[in-house]
Amino acid sequence: MKTLWSNIYDWVDERVELGGLVEYMGKKYVPVNRHSIWYYFGGVSLFLFIIQVVTGILLLLYYKSGEQLAFESIQFIMSKVQFGWLIRSIHSWTANLFILTAMIHMFSVFFAKAYRKPREVTWFTGMLMFFLLLGFGFSGYLLPWNELAFFATKVGTDIAGAVPVVGKPMMVFLRGGEDVTGATLSRFFGFHVAVLPGIFTVLLSIHLLLVQRQGMSELISHEQIPPAERKTMPFFPNFLLRDLLFWLVVLNLLAILAVFFPWELGKKADAFASAPSGIKPEWYFLFMFQTLKYIPGKILFFDGEVLGILLFGLGGLLWLMVPFWDRKSSRGETNRFINYIGIFVVFYILVLTIVGWIL
Amino acid sequence: MKSEFTPTGQPDSDRRDFLKYILGGGLLAWLAAVLYPVMAYLKPPKQGEVEVTSVKAGKASAIEKDSGVIVRFGSKPVILVRNAAGEFRAFSATCTHLDCTVQYRKDMGLIWCACHNGRYDLNGRNVAGPPPRPLDEYRVVVQGDEISISKKV
Repeated sequence: MKTLWSNIYDWVDERVELGGLVEYMGKKYVPVNRHSIWYYFGGVSLFLFIIQVVTGILLLLYYKSGEQLAFESIQFIMSKVQFGWLIRSIHSWTANLFILTAMIHMFSVFFAKAYRKPREVTWFTGMLMFFLLLGFGFSGYLLPWNELAFFATKVGTDIAGAVPVVGKPMMVFLRGGEDVTGATLSRFFGFHVAVLPGIFTVLLSIHLLLVQRQGMSELISHEQIPPAERKTMPFFPNFLLRDLLFWLVVLNLLAILAVFFPWELGKKADAFASAPSGIKPEWYFLFMFQTLKYIPGKILFFDGEVLGILLFGLGGLLWLMVPFWDRKSSRGETNRFINYIGIFVVFYILVLTIVGWIL
Repeated sequence: MKSEFTPTGQPDSDRRDFLKYILGGGLLAWLAAVLYPVMAYLKPPKQGEVEVTSVKAGKASAIEKDSGVIVRFGSKPVILVRNAAGEFRAFSATCTHLDCTVQYRKDMGLIWCACHNGRYDLNGRNVAGPPPRPLDEYRVVVQGDEISISKKV
């Protein structure tokens, strides 16, 4: 057995010179300190992405897009296909956990200022992937063509339409027409299974390549410790095995969630029914939804919601651009201002999400 | 015959510029020729819709006082409300805020949108919550027991 493996290894090594790569991996170390736990959230997000690709492909085998087919095909998957209920539930639950772990990963990077020079591009690709994740969530939510998804899509695309100048054409582009119809479903299906995964994979490759090339970021305060006194752990196999253990825990959690809290399908969408009371977006959009509820219809001469959308857009842009305006961290100085912003954002999102959940 | 090189040995800069413009312009034209059809393709074509000007909305006796129903008006939903006094009113059922479909709330005596808690009175005026404009009103005519709804001109 040993010789078989080493024969295969030698065969590949002779042709592509694996030696250098193996040596490089062997030299990779992960800093060990009381903040090391945050390093696991990027890896687990990658794991959840893999689960989404696999379960997504499985769902594609039975899913049918179209106003008259989509809802029925999911019903079919959940009731007739063996383990269809499991695959669909895992896909839905993973989507939510994925956004959660990506969010934790993002905030931990933000608070650690790991976006600072030289890791700006890693931050950008990460943030773009996060926006894509929200796009995945939004487009995937419509695919079962149920009542909640129908109105969520109406509201979401209408919000896009409220953006000055580019809004209207963008809304028509997203909806595939003036209204949310079967044409919207076809487009969202295309975005969800082809456009977004394609772009996401490219960004993910750059992101992972950079992480491997540049190594793990360390806190500014740790960088001041002489390298010889910093505690580290080899990436391979020590850190990787811990990563895998965490993945296993998450997989178990997913199985428990999918089995004991199967994802609901709801009622089929009807363009001539009123929006059901208690309608809410998915939790990751809830803080924005709740904010829109509080903004009055008119503020001075502006439409309240347009103002709200522009403010969220501006906030997102500033967040994305943080490596450029936080010069202090890039110089290796402590920047408390960033912490205050981060705490405010976390607090704002938490409070409005909880309020939106309860009310 | 003109030499390709100037006496100093540099390539002829006029000739080089000319080639740059030709190549650059060609590249732009090529990009436009590729992108234009793609962009145009992304724009959904206008579907020929039959212009609906009025619809029959059923029997007046079938609709209770103090209630509301959603009626199909072409491809748009319209809300037909019968108030406590028995009068009919019809409005566009599309909330002016973010496009959700409104409903009649008996307990509030109002037209209500579930999405963002927008409220309209029975004249369609936006009275609370985020809606920026009143609901468009439609004309209701009751002939005998037949209700018909039409666009206000």
